[in-house]
Amino acid sequence: MNSIRKFFIELFQYPSAAIGMIFIIGLIIFSIYVVIALPYNEAISLWRGDENTWYKTPRTAQPKWVNWFRQEDLPETFSFNSADQQDTKTEEFSNGTNKILISFPFEYNSELFPQEVSLYFKSQYTAKQPFVNVKLITPDGRTINLNSFSIGRTYTYRLSQDQKLQRKFFGISPEKGIFVDPTVNADSLELLKAVPGTYELIVEGVAFEEGSSLDAELIVYGHVYGWAGTDHRRRDISIALMWGAPVALTFGLLSALGTTITTMIIAAVGTWYGGWIDEVIQRITEVNLILPFLSILIMIGTFYSKSLWVMLIAVIALSIFGGAIKGFRAIFLQIKEAPYVEAARAYGASNWRIIMQYLVPRIVPLLIPQLVILIPANVFLEASLNIINLGDPVLPTWGKLIQNGVGNGALTQGYYYWVLEPAFVLLLTGLSFAMVGFSMDRIFNPRLRGV
Amino acid sequence: MSTDNTLLSIRDLTLYFNTQKGPVQAVDGVFFDLGYKEAVVILGESGCGKSSLAKALLRLLPRNVSRYDGKVFLEGENIMEMDEEQYRQNVRWVRMSLVPQAAMNSLNPVLKVGEQVAEPMIIHHGVKKEEALNQAAKMFQHVGVPVDFLDRYAFELSGGMRQRVAIAMSLVTAPAVVILDEPTSALDVLTQANIFNVLKRLKKELEVSFVLITHDIATSSELADRVAVMYAGQIVEVSDAHRFFHEPLHPYSRMLMASVPRLRANQEPEYITGQPPSLLNPPTGCRFAARCPKRFAKCSEEPPVVNVDGIQVKCWLYSN
Amino acid sequence: MTDTNREVLLSIDDLHVWFELRRFGFGHAGYVKAVDGVTFNLHYGETIAIVGESGCGKTSLMKTILGLNTPTRGKIMFEDKNVGELTGEALRDYRSKIGYVQQDPFGALAPFMNVQRILEEPLVINGIKDPAERERRVRKVMEEVKLTPADDFLHKFPHMLSGGQQQRIVIARAIILEPKLVVADEPVSMLDASVRVEILKLLRGLQEKYRLAVIYITHDLSTVRYFSERVFVMYAGNVVEKAPVTSLVHTPRHPYTVALMDATSDPDADNALRYRELPGGEPPSLVNPPSGCRFHPRCPKRIENLCEVEEPQEFQVDEHLVACWLYK
Ligand SMILES: Nc1ncnc2c1ncn2[C@@H]1O[C@H](COP(=O)(O)OP(=O)(O)OP(=O)(O)O)[C@@H](O)[C@H]1O
Ligand SMILES: Nc1ncnc2c1ncn2[C@@H]1O[C@H](COP(=O)(O)OP(=O)(O)O)[C@@H](O)[C@H]1O
Ligand code: SF4
Ligand code: SF4
Ligand SMILES: [Mg+2]
Ligand SMILES: [Mg+2]
Repeated sequence: MNSIRKFFIELFQYPSAAIGMIFIIGLIIFSIYVVIALPYNEAISLWRGDENTWYKTPRTAQPKWVNWFRQEDLPETFSFNSADQQDTKTEEFSNGTNKILISFPFEYNSELFPQEVSLYFKSQYTAKQPFVNVKLITPDGRTINLNSFSIGRTYTYRLSQDQKLQRKFFGISPEKGIFVDPTVNADSLELLKAVPGTYELIVEGVAFEEGSSLDAELIVYGHVYGWAGTDHRRRDISIALMWGAPVALTFGLLSALGTTITTMIIAAVGTWYGGWIDEVIQRITEVNLILPFLSILIMIGTFYSKSLWVMLIAVIALSIFGGAIKGFRAIFLQIKEAPYVEAARAYGASNWRIIMQYLVPRIVPLLIPQLVILIPANVFLEASLNIINLGDPVLPTWGKLIQNGVGNGALTQGYYYWVLEPAFVLLLTGLSFAMVGFSMDRIFNPRLRGV
Repeated sequence: MSTDNTLLSIRDLTLYFNTQKGPVQAVDGVFFDLGYKEAVVILGESGCGKSSLAKALLRLLPRNVSRYDGKVFLEGENIMEMDEEQYRQNVRWVRMSLVPQAAMNSLNPVLKVGEQVAEPMIIHHGVKKEEALNQAAKMFQHVGVPVDFLDRYAFELSGGMRQRVAIAMSLVTAPAVVILDEPTSALDVLTQANIFNVLKRLKKELEVSFVLITHDIATSSELADRVAVMYAGQIVEVSDAHRFFHEPLHPYSRMLMASVPRLRANQEPEYITGQPPSLLNPPTGCRFAARCPKRFAKCSEEPPVVNVDGIQVKCWLYSN
Repeated sequence: MTDTNREVLLSIDDLHVWFELRRFGFGHAGYVKAVDGVTFNLHYGETIAIVGESGCGKTSLMKTILGLNTPTRGKIMFEDKNVGELTGEALRDYRSKIGYVQQDPFGALAPFMNVQRILEEPLVINGIKDPAERERRVRKVMEEVKLTPADDFLHKFPHMLSGGQQQRIVIARAIILEPKLVVADEPVSMLDASVRVEILKLLRGLQEKYRLAVIYITHDLSTVRYFSERVFVMYAGNVVEKAPVTSLVHTPRHPYTVALMDATSDPDADNALRYRELPGGEPPSLVNPPSGCRFHPRCPKRIENLCEVEEPQEFQVDEHLVACWLYK
């Protein structure tokens, strides 16, 4: 235990290692937190959710913190639901027909337009659908009749997609049209500005049956959302960023451990027994080294399964007989000749005991830095698999985010955050492990150390 | 310094190394004299600072030196006062050279041994390669390596031959002092004895003095004119070889001598109990006190160096 | 021999250990005849020394006795059992009856095991399952090698010990299975003068106490005088002289033994005043050893037309067996 403490003291003498270590520890704590706070099933169902799950969030919204760097803040999303807000809703009854009045007064503070404005209706009735009329009162007192329609049990009215309304605003899309001052003449659409002030959206509904009800929810979608933003399916990117951490760590650690340990044992067995066993291992390694690693993964992904676990096993299987085996072999060839190994033979240690208790422990110090350096390599590999469409179809991961972003025009349409955020955490993770790994290498392999 | 016959005179030579645990006092106030065509033997146990002393003399210092001072007079000139450039031009491998510990295993495997022996000539005397090779051939004769070995590679030679080549390399620039760090400890008895024959002849035939560093008391007597005994970084006795091998004065020297098994006399060897102290935190007072059977109250103070009929002993027993 | 009453523990008969040399990994390119016809008996409780220059086959001989090399020809009998016929459990049992002390004490100890683990390993391997019993034996053996109090050492790793202490651990490990024979291959050549004596005295004490047989391999004749009973001098794969130690140091018979003695110094200032008379040359190749007597190219007493032609057999001279034509 003392030696472990000493090791850490020595490790922390390298500032890069200390920083890397802090990040890694942070990452581990964060991963544990994520798995507890947002359990797997919940995360998966959120991530696989459709518009119904995500109707409240804007599409491809940037993270909120972009506002720190802007002079004029991008508007956020806000919403009202008549079901929660009794005072905005009045009902009148007369001989079976109810008149329902829902009012959403709201303060609009930005000169920038919202991304979308939508109304979500819910109603209860037996045979005859309720009918609604939607209008807006602007701060300067104008009343704009937006539309009227009868609604089913649920009904979505997307203002932004209302063609009739758009014509009424002379081609300006309605979520903008409703906020402009018609007296101001703008030379181009880009120069249009929203008029800040108190607006009131009014829904006048008529229900034709006794006991029927009507509720409406108004959502004015902004351009920023959460600390990570959203994607093209309105999903909160933070879910994938957060869950990416445990997935990446697990994949990186398991594959690195699996590969290194198996490789080491195979190398030890080969060197100890020598002869044909060693020959076979050597030849397999040579063949494996020229096998097209990525092509095999693509084949497995295409014809068998893209599951993370399948890929994990495939990566381990393909790396076991990798270049590392030659390195280990060279070291084992030396250790094999050590007098203490000979002594062990003399007092009767079995072959297996010599391999596991006398050869292998000797190179564990060499192995740990290797392992630490291999972790980020495999994390990157997992990300790359996603980018070439071999990602796990279910799990939200960093690589998946990048792939989604690139595939949906993040780079062409300026949603840089969508790709940059996962790329940044990937880089940070890789760098942290690499910094710790290289410092460990120096500690464990004094040959690399300066005098 | 002392007499006209003194070639090398060392006073208070000190070399400490920095380590994580603190300074290692590898060489601590070392002194001895060496005359022309003489050999002085530095005797001491493993880790007592012998190789460090060699490094200090030749200024082949590692990077973690924390203290390096003292006086080293070579033909009357204090070479410790020279700057690195002067030192390199006038001393290292010009007037003083070294056969490092395990030299025979550190020959360059891709250079012919003849070229390696010629190399110091080319570097330090700026002579032409041909001339240097001639000189190397001469040195080969001196150390008893057949001249046609000039064109061989180190791995083609036996251990004894390689060691002779290393010695030839240290001699080729005709230095006044050659320091030999454990020149024979990895070799067999017969080879060892042959190399000592060579060294004896060199001392007689060339103008060269030797500082022989070794832990092997018996073979050291093959070359020694003077003996300096080192213990835990310090010199505890400097004596004349005849008197030393007959009867050393310092309790440590005596016990060391008693530990040598003799082939030609039946005298049961005795060992010294305990271990030498760590050079990280050497005890105050006499460093040998913990193992010394003659220890008395005074010994907890640093013993002075006492001159007993020309023999210098660092021990309270001789101070009165 | 010295003590014919004593029972024979180990008997070696015409032992040959040849290593095949291969060219480019295959293709036969001759043999290294590291041990080439060695015969001797070792009695219970007896210490013999094998002396010779490096590369003369001492280690190969000893490793063959330990069962780490397979003999090319010849027979090894241990307690009346033919070692060559042992397999499996019997072989392990045989190995456990021989302790092994190596030359480089640091290399002989696994650097990642602490002292307790190092000493327990032979016990674990040889089926002592009870940890308390193991600990008892570990402590006992540490007392035997004077590493006390044991608690100061049990949890230390080899690099924390001095060379002498490391070699004590090696010796402790060699005797922990209560062997009949301890083979010590240059056990002190890497140690300081005083520590050498300390370790050799320790070995001698154990040998006397437990009636151990010891094979002490060395190239240093001066220690042999104090730490063995009989000496075998080896040259180029052969034993050239076998003799009781005192007789050997007083009257060496074989020219090679004489040369070894001449090359060995005692601390004496007069040594510096004269050159030593020594045979020139170097030990021969073991792949193509010289014909006849292997020492003949270096031998000052060579008999022309005999020594280089015919290999000398062993001749009895007093208590010596000498393989040299001079004693025909
Ligand atoms: N560069 C260094 N940094 C720190 N300590 C050192 C350094 N070089 C040597 N030492 C320490 O200084 C002491 C003396 O070492 P040195 O090599 O001079 O011993 P030595 O007498 O030549 O021993 P040996 O007989 O084993 O060659 C030892 O304790 C050694 O560990
Ligand atoms: N496994 C081996 N394969 C080939 N040659 C060997 C092997 N072991 C020892 N030898 C050779 O056998 C000869 C005798 O070696 P060794 O018994 O170690 O000598 P010693 O112990 O007397 O120094 C040497 O030439 C050595 O190189
Ligand atoms: S000073 Fe004292 S302790 Fe030191 S050697 Fe002399 S008598 Fe012994
Ligand atoms: S047999 Fe001949 S060559 Fe060999 S040692 Fe005897 S005398 Fe010398
Ligand atoms: Mg040294
Ligand atoms: Mg050997």
